[in-house]
Amino acid sequence: MAFCDYQDIWVLIETSQGKAAGVGLELLAPGAELAHRLGQRVAAVILGAHNSEAERAAAAYGADVIYSAEDPAYAHYSTDAYTYGMAALVETYHPSILMIGATIIGRDLGPRLSCRLRTGLTADCTSLDVDAESGILSWTRPAFGGNLMATIQCENTRPQMGTVRPGVFKKVPPDWERTAEVIRERLPVPGGVVRTTLVESIQETAAELVRLEDAEIIVSGGRGLGKAENFSCIRELAEVMGGAVGASRAAVDAGWIPHVHQVGQTGKTVAPKVYIACGISGAIQHLAGMSGSDCIVAINKDPDAPIFGVADYGVVGDLFQVIPAMVKEIKRLKAE
Amino acid sequence: MNSLVCVKQVPDTTAVKIDPVTNTLIREGVPSILNPFDGFALEMALRLREQAGGTVTLLSMGPPQAAEALRTCLAVGGDRAFLVSGREFGGSDTLATSYILSCAVKALEERTGEHFDVIFCGKQAIDGDTGQVGPELAEHLDFPQITYATDAARENGKLRVRRETAEGYEVLECGLPAVISVTKTPYELRYATVKGIFFSNRAEIPVITPQEMEGKIDLSRAGLKGSPTKVKKSFTPQRSKQCALVDEASPAASGTRLAALLFEANKI
Amino acid sequence: MSRYQLMTKDQRDLVALVHQFLKKELDPYIAEYDEQGVCPMETVRRLMDLGFWAIDVPEQYGGAGLDVTTIMHVREAIAYHDAGFCNTFSAQTFGWKPVLLAGTEEQKMHYGRRLAEGAFWSMCITEPQSGSDAGNCKTRAVRDGDEYVITGSKCFVTNGGVADLYTVTASTDPSRGSRGISLFIIDRNAPGVHVGKHENKMGIRTSNTTDLALDEVRVPASNLIGAEGTGFKTIMKMLARTRPTGVAPAIGVAQRALDLAIDYSRTRLSFGQPIGNLEGIQFKLADMEMKLQCCQSQLAYAASLVDQGIYDTLVGSCTKCFVSEAVLDICLQAQQIYGGYGYSREYPLEKLVRDARIFSIYEGSSEIQRYIIGKTLVGKI
Repeated sequence: MAFCDYQDIWVLIETSQGKAAGVGLELLAPGAELAHRLGQRVAAVILGAHNSEAERAAAAYGADVIYSAEDPAYAHYSTDAYTYGMAALVETYHPSILMIGATIIGRDLGPRLSCRLRTGLTADCTSLDVDAESGILSWTRPAFGGNLMATIQCENTRPQMGTVRPGVFKKVPPDWERTAEVIRERLPVPGGVVRTTLVESIQETAAELVRLEDAEIIVSGGRGLGKAENFSCIRELAEVMGGAVGASRAAVDAGWIPHVHQVGQTGKTVAPKVYIACGISGAIQHLAGMSGSDCIVAINKDPDAPIFGVADYGVVGDLFQVIPAMVKEIKRLKAE
Repeated sequence: MNSLVCVKQVPDTTAVKIDPVTNTLIREGVPSILNPFDGFALEMALRLREQAGGTVTLLSMGPPQAAEALRTCLAVGGDRAFLVSGREFGGSDTLATSYILSCAVKALEERTGEHFDVIFCGKQAIDGDTGQVGPELAEHLDFPQITYATDAARENGKLRVRRETAEGYEVLECGLPAVISVTKTPYELRYATVKGIFFSNRAEIPVITPQEMEGKIDLSRAGLKGSPTKVKKSFTPQRSKQCALVDEASPAASGTRLAALLFEANKI
Repeated sequence: MSRYQLMTKDQRDLVALVHQFLKKELDPYIAEYDEQGVCPMETVRRLMDLGFWAIDVPEQYGGAGLDVTTIMHVREAIAYHDAGFCNTFSAQTFGWKPVLLAGTEEQKMHYGRRLAEGAFWSMCITEPQSGSDAGNCKTRAVRDGDEYVITGSKCFVTNGGVADLYTVTASTDPSRGSRGISLFIIDRNAPGVHVGKHENKMGIRTSNTTDLALDEVRVPASNLIGAEGTGFKTIMKMLARTRPTGVAPAIGVAQRALDLAIDYSRTRLSFGQPIGNLEGIQFKLADMEMKLQCCQSQLAYAASLVDQGIYDTLVGSCTKCFVSEAVLDICLQAQQIYGGYGYSREYPLEKLVRDARIFSIYEGSSEIQRYIIGKTLVGKI
């Protein structure tokens, strides 16, 4: 097959209980833009048990075409079922580009699928560009702990695949009147394909759940807190702001807070509206995980801390004095 | 229960600095270490050995000096180690690397007459940060995979694995053999021991060369020419922002002012 | 960190292991332990569990059997984090050493195994009235059938409060002076053994030091090490083997002080520039480095002599005396570079000065070493 026979930009829409998850809808935005430049279409791909709600969302957020496959085996993500379904769709419809959110699911599925398709995959991309003539996508991603950015191309195999970081692209405003061509595919998963069994799935309660990737406001604490108990002031600020609690690696390694809160290269990558770094010096590994935030606030005793180099607002001073004052003022302003 | 743990020697990216003049990476003097996630994978394998018996074998791909990372693994309790090395393998992307490793696994099984029940990998290497080799290795070998694992135990002849999910965690069970890719575990890699150090420094680490795998590997799928992805350019990220410093009479006053500023800017 | 170039791969790895362990398990808490004078036995045991139990006991008796040079490097590395901790670590087998030199095969097998299983064994020589004057021993041991009855008091016993076993010097024949001294193994649980309170010391405060009172303690005759009256000779033989590298921890302390001083001189600004740019500071650092290198080389030389079975009193005393004094000087210079912060307990340097002070006092004071050196040089006239 010639490369020109591979058409369209596909975006995998992850679902959770039938609802489209955020990152897939985000990726429809750059997908549509790239498709426009290539004169092709952007397609949403949905695997699930009941897809109608997710299909509507995909149309509203900009998909031209929707490939939808329903089967009970897709209700809960499994590597084998999803790889089976996605590989079958790709082999039938030949997309030129396939984008997947760099979530836990996306980073499990992406490499398994690209390997089955014997094509290249670029991980955890933060920017995309396409050459309209050749149709070759340039995937740019951080490497080396965020010290280096690399632009990667996949010239000789199709589809060109990449996982893209959540939070990098913004969703377009939804248009619920918009419709898209829906192609429903019957792809029942044959017995024996799925080799793992789900024994239990624990959804942490809202209080315990740390969905840093989805949070609009994150307040993070680092080494400057000194000890575990001092995280209480971070929690208090997060609470009055309605945000989530993050942490630097130093705080996690010291055992002050569990790893699920860790932001940075070996933790989570976040891009909230506001990121408040308290007592975090700003090692490059930490910056790699949060520098995409809209507004960064740094509170640190050390005026030379690298965190101030990426911050929009900064206070050089003792966080134990700064934060309580902030809490008090925010409470007052909210009460007004 | 025989485990194979795939490990990589990486530059300690926390020690990397940027040359302020040329804005390039200073790689000199950066120590080489065992990839931290591979350390968690090794610890999981060692615990599984304590639970279910068997052996823990180490496998790495890289230049001859990567044997040092393997010795680190032997010093904490690995039983033996092998290095896959050859010029033909240079420049491999994750697809080619995982292909080579899958051929090496088969060559190793043939060589030792032993069969690996579980292949452990770290979630990602801290230099490339792709996290792709584990799942791709599983696909090449046609084994089931479980990624983001935080604990594993044997149960009724199967492997029971706890893994992170977006909502919390889940427990999966799978038959053997399987590939398990490990994220940060609740436990750390154990310390080396005096005996372990003596053992590791005297251990022979056989090198598996392309020649040795002849007939069992398609070299056109290895190295640069076997890699579908190509790095077109690399550059250091620009980070220069104008930081508005809030500097009132006291830290508390600065805090109050900062809150007001954020409120005015509609950030909260 | 140690820059000594002639370590083997094994030695480098062992040293790296010690640093890795103590950086995580001891450094964060050491200021608190030092202030409270706490000996962190749990941490000592965990380090030992990595394979350091019975470190110098030959493998045939169940020990780790490391050579003197390797043990020297390990101790330097431990003392880089805390000299007191190193003292606790090293003293695990102090009481064993006379057994290796003069004990029976049965004693070696039995006690070697106990050490390997985690027993601590103190050596008790010093008494309230005699320190350097080790021949002046008031503790008495009287034979009674198949037993000896021991009465007396010992002081400055390293690990006195944490030990399971003690080796004590006691006179079996006071009329013969030092030739009447014998060595006995005493179990801590024996009736009449009373452990005194922990000494409140200036430095090495994490090293447990106590008095030991022996009140008609009965030990079986099989607990005698060697023949009656040979104790002093055995001790002298022991010191010839331990003295050359006994001061190894001092290297770790000095290296830490130098490293801290270098870091400080690179970051402390004075008159608009880092003080490390000032020649006055650079010369100080250079002097410290010179002394440290010489100490390190001298110790390594002394250690390799012992490893080759060459027990040279002159080398032992010269090394002990020179290194202990040079190291204190290095720490004082580092303190000078730190200025006021070097005098503050909030900063790490002051502790190093206190710790370093012990080296020219214990294990044979500088005066005793000079006396030995001088007497050996001049000889009988």
